[in-house]
Amino acid sequence: MKSAVVVFPGSNRERDMIAALEKIGGARPAVVWHAEAELPKVDLIVVPGGFSYGDYLRSGAIAARAPIMAAIAREAERGVAVLGVCNGFQILCEAGLLPGVLMRNAGLKFICREVELRVETTASQFTSGYAEGQVIRSPVAHGDGNYRADEETLKRLQGEDRIAFRYVGNPNGSIDDIAGILSEKRNILGMMPHPENLIEPLNGGTDGRPLFESALRAVA
Amino acid sequence: MKARVTVTLKNGVLDPQGKAIEGALGSLGFSGVNGVRQGKVFDIELTATDADAAKTELEAMAARLLANTVIENYRVEIVG
Repeated sequence: MKSAVVVFPGSNRERDMIAALEKIGGARPAVVWHAEAELPKVDLIVVPGGFSYGDYLRSGAIAARAPIMAAIAREAERGVAVLGVCNGFQILCEAGLLPGVLMRNAGLKFICREVELRVETTASQFTSGYAEGQVIRSPVAHGDGNYRADEETLKRLQGEDRIAFRYVGNPNGSIDDIAGILSEKRNILGMMPHPENLIEPLNGGTDGRPLFESALRAVA
Repeated sequence: MKARVTVTLKNGVLDPQGKAIEGALGSLGFSGVNGVRQGKVFDIELTATDADAAKTELEAMAARLLANTVIENYRVEIVG
């Protein structure tokens, strides 16, 4: 199983993501700089968290127009799995690979703590390792995690079973308590919480592990 | 040629920053404020000399990068 982690100027969670993929998948992911036009042939592409371009303009907006994004869009269209976490989720939304937008947290504060998430669907390669309705722990660290979408988009997400995770106790004002969503073809997952930071007991828990295990199993 | 692109949140989109500013104005004693919406202004210097062509170019800039049209509106004007 081959994976790639895409790095932008200002990414800061790529090391955690690389470590998680290597520990769980057994192979070190390729690290791809944002200015590249091509991706290596991989089964999983990850856009990690951070503050690409200092979150100037809008979170993820400038990164979403980087050369590598066209390659990610092409691979996603082919069905390759794409995971965007935190700033990665913002980038995928800004790039139009996922619907909606991440706005400033409703309380205006940067939130850095552990939250609880409910697994809303197991019908994806990222969530099949969980039980439906299972409540898991996950750290969050973001200022712009307030997911918004127009009514029509929200209805589609609900109707097509594309809400992957909801917050138990909404920390940022996200519409319908949404913490993570799937693309139409269900091969792209964007989420604000950081599952890569809870993959071994030393981190304080393993609740993030099934996400990577199921994604890795799906492509193995 | 100087141009200005103004980006504002669409009506109905929650604006937590605008709300905080509205609260701050109230606590400073400005009682007549009915609502605040925060937006962005981009002053752009262009090499173009044709205003119509420049406007078309600015529209494209606004739609592709400066505004997120999911939540924001934009207005383009030539200012000098």
